Amino acid sequence: MKVLCGIGGSDDSFRALDRTVERAAVADDDLTVAVVENPDSSVEPDEIVQRAESAIEEAGLDADVRLIEGDPGSRIVEIAEAEGFEEIVLGGGHTSPMGKITIGSIAEFVLLNAKTSVTLVR
Amino acid sequence: MSDRGYPDAVADEFTAPPTEFTDREDRTVELRPYENTEREREALVEMYDSFDPADRAQGIPPGGEERIREWLDAILGGECRNVIAWCGDEVAGHATLVPDGDAYELAIFVHQEYQRAGIGTYLIRGLLGHGQAEGIEKVWLTVERWNRAAVSLYKKIGFETSDAESFELEMGLRLNPDAEREEPDEDQ
Repeated sequence: MKVLCGIGGSDDSFRALDRTVERAAVADDDLTVAVVENPDSSVEPDEIVQRAESAIEEAGLDADVRLIEGDPGSRIVEIAEAEGFEEIVLGGGHTSPMGKITIGSIAEFVLLNAKTSVTLVR
Repeated sequence: MSDRGYPDAVADEFTAPPTEFTDREDRTVELRPYENTEREREALVEMYDSFDPADRAQGIPPGGEERIREWLDAILGGECRNVIAWCGDEVAGHATLVPDGDAYELAIFVHQEYQRAGIGTYLIRGLLGHGQAEGIEKVWLTVERWNRAAVSLYKKIGFETSDAESFELEMGLRLNPDAEREEPDEDQ
């Protein structure tokens, strides 16, 4: 399957990255990782790209990592449509110390606007 | 997160538990701060184990006894502040303040058997009274925007909306003045 994993540097996005890479290795998915600019994240984009590349290398995969500029949600949806991706994978939300889950603004936009299935990784 | 917004004005003074009241179903309900006993903990597990999943909010309370116990471990210990609404030996409701940076996150649950009897209003006021007495300065919460009853209760108490841009509304309340911010002395 052609899978687009969008990550912006939050903890849940790295969880989504690890799980998607793991699954891609097993299912032989055609994976692309889109590194987006998440204003809520303190991790630099270059560092996110490095983490994605090393996760892919460790899993012995051949996957593309792209640094995407512009509004994260709409760019992910746009790329998925333009390039015929079958699934978008994103982080499943931030968990507060209380244990409450909050879905980020990128996931919210993608969920409402994507034509493909969207997986939120918990 | 430290960029949450709070009202400038400090909220009313809330009465700290222990207190007692009669709910709209004529049941006597006692509010008591959690004192870290086995009995309280087991009564809480019992309440959450029979809690209707339809009333879960953003993943809490979790389902299944094991997860309930793990979650309670996280919100009953350390600097967390908890108040229980007792109806006899049974927990009717539970409200909690969990530290998050320089503020506390609030959550409140009333068991289905005890809902729509006014217990939530007493319970949240009791928790805020407890927090105020303990010197807590700022409290925040999130609430699903369709949950109008809850949103209007929080507003009535003094919570103000600080973020309305996502699925859930975020609201804040100031319980005590900031420790660093000197209040002007009116007598001088």
